[in-house]
Formats: sequence, structure tokens, C-alpha cells
Amino acid sequence: MTTSPHKTAAPTGTALTGRETVPVRRRRTSTAVLFVLAGAGLLMSVVTASLLGSADIRPLDVVSTILRHIGLGSVAPTPPLPGLLDALVWESRFPRVLLAAAVGMALAVSGTVLQAVTRNPLADPYLLGVSSGASTGAVAVLLLGLGGSISLSSGAFAGGLLSFGLLLLLLGGGRVSSPSRVVLTGVLVSQFFAAVTSVVLMVSGDANSTRGFTYWLLGTLGGARWEGVTVTVVIILTGVIAIHFFAPALDAFTFGWDSAAALGINVTAARVWLMVLTSVTTAAAVAASGAIGFIGLLVPHAVRILAGPTHRTLLPLSAISGAIFLIWVDAFARTAFSPHELPAGVITALLGAPAFALILKRLES
Amino acid sequence: MGTITTTRLSWSVKGHRLLDGIDMAAHDGRTVGLLGPNGSGKSTLLRLLAGLRRPDTGTVRYDDTPLNDLHRRVLARRLAVVEQDVSAHHHVTVRQVVELGRTPFRGRFDALTGHDRRTVDAALERTDLTDKQHHSWHTLSGGERQRTQLARALAQEPREILLDEPTNHLDIRHQLELLELLTSLDVTCVVALHDLNLAARYCDHVVVLDHGQVVAAGTPETVLTPDLIRSVYGVDVLVDREPATGALRVTYLTATATATATATAARTTTAARTPNGAAGRATTPTGVRPEADIGTTTPTPPP
Repeated sequence: MTTSPHKTAAPTGTALTGRETVPVRRRRTSTAVLFVLAGAGLLMSVVTASLLGSADIRPLDVVSTILRHIGLGSVAPTPPLPGLLDALVWESRFPRVLLAAAVGMALAVSGTVLQAVTRNPLADPYLLGVSSGASTGAVAVLLLGLGGSISLSSGAFAGGLLSFGLLLLLLGGGRVSSPSRVVLTGVLVSQFFAAVTSVVLMVSGDANSTRGFTYWLLGTLGGARWEGVTVTVVIILTGVIAIHFFAPALDAFTFGWDSAAALGINVTAARVWLMVLTSVTTAAAVAASGAIGFIGLLVPHAVRILAGPTHRTLLPLSAISGAIFLIWVDAFARTAFSPHELPAGVITALLGAPAFALILKRLES
Repeated sequence: MGTITTTRLSWSVKGHRLLDGIDMAAHDGRTVGLLGPNGSGKSTLLRLLAGLRRPDTGTVRYDDTPLNDLHRRVLARRLAVVEQDVSAHHHVTVRQVVELGRTPFRGRFDALTGHDRRTVDAALERTDLTDKQHHSWHTLSGGERQRTQLARALAQEPREILLDEPTNHLDIRHQLELLELLTSLDVTCVVALHDLNLAARYCDHVVVLDHGQVVAAGTPETVLTPDLIRSVYGVDVLVDREPATGALRVTYLTATATATATATAARTTTAARTPNGAAGRATTPTGVRPEADIGTTTPTPPP
């Protein structure tokens, strides 16, 4: 403290005043660079992943096809592809890549948010039990024929929202005083719906449907069609953008809920809104692609190491990184053992487990 | 600078009354010490003052505005809170922590302005943390963490600061520096303290809490008497003037066996104690003789 006379006379005193602004400026530049890199990476990933596969398509063909379909055909650099290839790119690969991007985004952002809200580095998007609820919804539709003709995705989405509703009820509408209570209630809801799912599978599942369900649960983007993808993308983008409004609150959670309140944050409102938004986005992601693990745990930590913990930059960078990560995981999943396809969730776990070990090691040091 | 006043402030948890009819005032620019043994309600009172908990009855006022009429964000632009033993859950740098102090002034998507940065620089400077600003918070010593919290509070450009035992974890030099800094600021401070000598030296006014009630309030000279300290803390002390500086000096002699028994007896009867007896006790703090309570479940009415 400079109230003590000998400290102001210390030799470091003068050197510091000149140094103050430099690291700040450097950090901002590097943040801008990260954003440009991430944006470019995302565009490149979308194009590259769309041309990976059995047919021989060039990158510019992909760009042209996409441009032509979104009404910008006049600036397309190459002539139209033959009908079959055009359909392959526009009806099959591109929506799938887009879904991968949206799901990756949803999971990475939800993970980032829940890690901050619960002040728990091990939090992931499924912490609040949404994926278990979605599973129950999926089996209810798949095996019990609940909800008449609604799709598996709609059932899963409804199940995810239902489980979140139950969680919110158990938390008294979010009026809780400690993060651990949220985490424990999430575990409780999770376990309950997992048990319900098991019971349904035991009672009315045959080998085939059980296998189909397990495959869905592991997570795959194989089912991507425009119709469903559009809905999913809209829900996820809305959620992710809305979450960005709470970046200051998430920063203020660094030292706990009371500390955030003392900084002028309406903690209860922020907490409930963030739980609602992450749950809806996660439910949309799980409904579209099953419970793809590890992205929501890993990506936030990795981005935090690269770009620092400030949520104004962490959230958008997590979103883009999650998107890129899942695009490539899915590209690998569908091409590596072609014509067989691996569930994307298996790949993320295979990659994720060792990567997570590295992060744990870093957390210790 | 601002004035904080409370009137008949009470708060209970599950039927346990933790604060009972607290009347206190912290005037413009003064440093007010909250004293009292562990569990006497200091931290709870600070939470109520900060608006982090709603009182069951009574009001807290900032200048003449009731706390309930102040929007949380507006309050955070004048009041800073330094909590006890906080921890960060991920890696943040000292500077990032101090920048949190600008939260009440920043819009959702605003970058830090030049003024924000200058305020943060000044806060780091005042707390002697400028050369640590890019260090990770997790690598700091306990004292440096405490100072980081204070720097964060200063970055809020507060008129009032509430501090919960801020000298915990600090070495002697930093204890003195922190309190000197606080008293030198044009800020009203309410600070919970354990060390009576620090309170005597740096506080303009002290408020002594015991079992959730104010048992004495006034200047350190008038409040810190051997009788009061014996009845509240259960410690026999010698209070005199330090010969060289003339400062009030409290020398701890021994824990009084009787007072410990009193404290235990009082604690077990807290729930059952009648408001009448409690209020009587509060009005004559120094008149309570420790031995008066022994062996009885109800406090002897004061003479």
C-alpha cells in the first residue's frame, strides 16, 4: 500500500506506471486475433467438412452450391454441380455440418455457463439432468408410443424440458443459497430419469429398439435433415445469443453468489435465466443428436486456457470452438471407417478422456 | 461519503434469533469497528447492511434512503463489500479481479473505458499490487488475496465500504497499512475486527455485539473497559495508555473461567431468553456481572 513511505520509493515504483497499459493492449489484440482465427476456422471447417466423403467434390463447388441455395448464385465462382451431387452437398452434408456446428456450440456454451454458475470445474451441460430427461422422453416415444406420432427428437426435447422443470421445482424456483445444492439436485434428477429410462427399456424394449436407443444415446449427427436442423439451429442460436447478455453476471460469479450480488448483479434472476437458457439449448442439442459427451466439459476449459476467464470473450470463443470441434469429430466419425459410421459421442469420449486428463494435471499445477 | 443507519434490525434463521433490534449508525467518513466474539452476529449484520439478506424487521438506510428503495446496481456504485475468506473457482489474474469492481458501472457489452482502467490502476497502486497485477489469483498469499479484494472494492469508487475481518491472514505490517489506508480514505467504513488494539487505534467509533445485540457503542475510550471486555469476551484485561504514544492499550491477561461458563449458559438459553431480559441486558452492558448468571437458566435482571 502506498500509504507506507518506503514503498513509494522502491525502485519498481516508477517502472510500473509505464508498463501498465502495455499488457492490456496486448491482451486485447490477441483477443481480436483469436476471434478472427476462430471465425475463419469455422468457415473453413464448414466448407471442408462438407466436401469430405466418398464423392469427388472440390471446395469451390461446395461454396458455389451453398451460395446458390441461399440466393447468391450470381456470385458463385463455379458452374452448378450435377443434380445428384448438388443434392448430396445441400440436402445431406451441409445440414449435417450445420447441425454439428449448432450442437457443438450449444454444448460448449452450456458447459461454460454451468461451470461458472455452479462454481464447479467439473460441471457439464448434462449436470442438471437434461440429457437423462431427454433419454426418458426418447424411450417414451420410441418404445411406449407416447405422444402419438411425434418424432423421437420432439419426445427427447419434451423430456429434457420436463426434467428441467422438475429440477426448478425442487430448487424452489431457483431460490437456493448454495451452488452445491444445485449440483446435488441435478444429480438427483439425473439419476431418477436414468432409472425411469432403464425400467422402460427393461419392460418394453426388444433387442432392436434397445440397440437403436443406445445408438441414439451415444450421440450421432446422422439423422440431420433440413426440417429438423432449422428448428434446432434457431433454438440454439437464440439461446446462445441470449446467454451472452449474462456475461457480466458470469464474471461476477467468480467469488461466489454473494460477492456477485454485492457487485450489483441480480443473482437469483441471472441464475434462473441462465439455467433456463442452458437447459433449453442443451435439450435442443440432445434431441437432435443424442447425448454427445465431453465437449461441454472440455471446450470451456481449453478456451479458458487460451483466452482467459472473462466471459465477454470466453462465451463467443467457446461457441465457435465447440462448433469447429464437433464439425471435425463428426467428419471423422462418418469418414474414418466408411461406409461404417461411428457415433460422434464415442469419438468425443475417446479424444476427451485423455484431453481431460491433461486439463486435470494443469488444474493441479 | 455517506451515512449508514439501522433501526431495530432483527434477523433469524430457523427460529434462532441471530440479530435482535440492532440500532447503529456509521457517519460520513468515519471508521466504525464492529466488535464481539465469534458468533456474536458481526458477519450477519454486515450481510444485512450490504442488502445480501433481508432483515425480518427494521430498516437499513443509506443517507436517508431505505435499502429496499435502492436498486442493487445503484447500491453497488456507492457501497463495496469485502467478504471474509472468498475463493475463486478458476484462474483469474489480480487485475481481472480488480476489474470486477467496475461491474456496476459497465453495460452488458461495454469494454472498459479509460476511466475504468485508470480507476483499476489507482486501486492496484493504493493496495501495493501493481507489480502483481498479472499474477494468477491462486498464486497469491492470503494477505495478497485480501488486498486484492480491497483493491476490487476501491475500484468501485465507493462512498461506503463494509469489511468482514479484513486483517485476517495479514502480517502485522499489512494489517497496519490496510487500516491506515481505510482511515485515510474519504469513505465511511464499517469493519468487523477481532483485535481490540487495532480497533482502539483506528476506529472513530466502535459497536460491540454480543449474542446478536448491541451491548455498547461509542468511542473506543468509553467502550473498551475491562468490565465490558470481561462480560462480552470472557477475558480479564488491563486497559491503559501506551506510555510512548498515549494510545489506548488492551493487554489480555487470562480467560475468566466464570465468564466462559456465563457465555455457555447464555448461549444455551439464547433461544429461550425473553425479549425483556435481553433488552435489559443490552441497556446496561457494563453492569452485568459475569458471576450473576452462574447456575441459573434465566439471566438475573439488572439492578
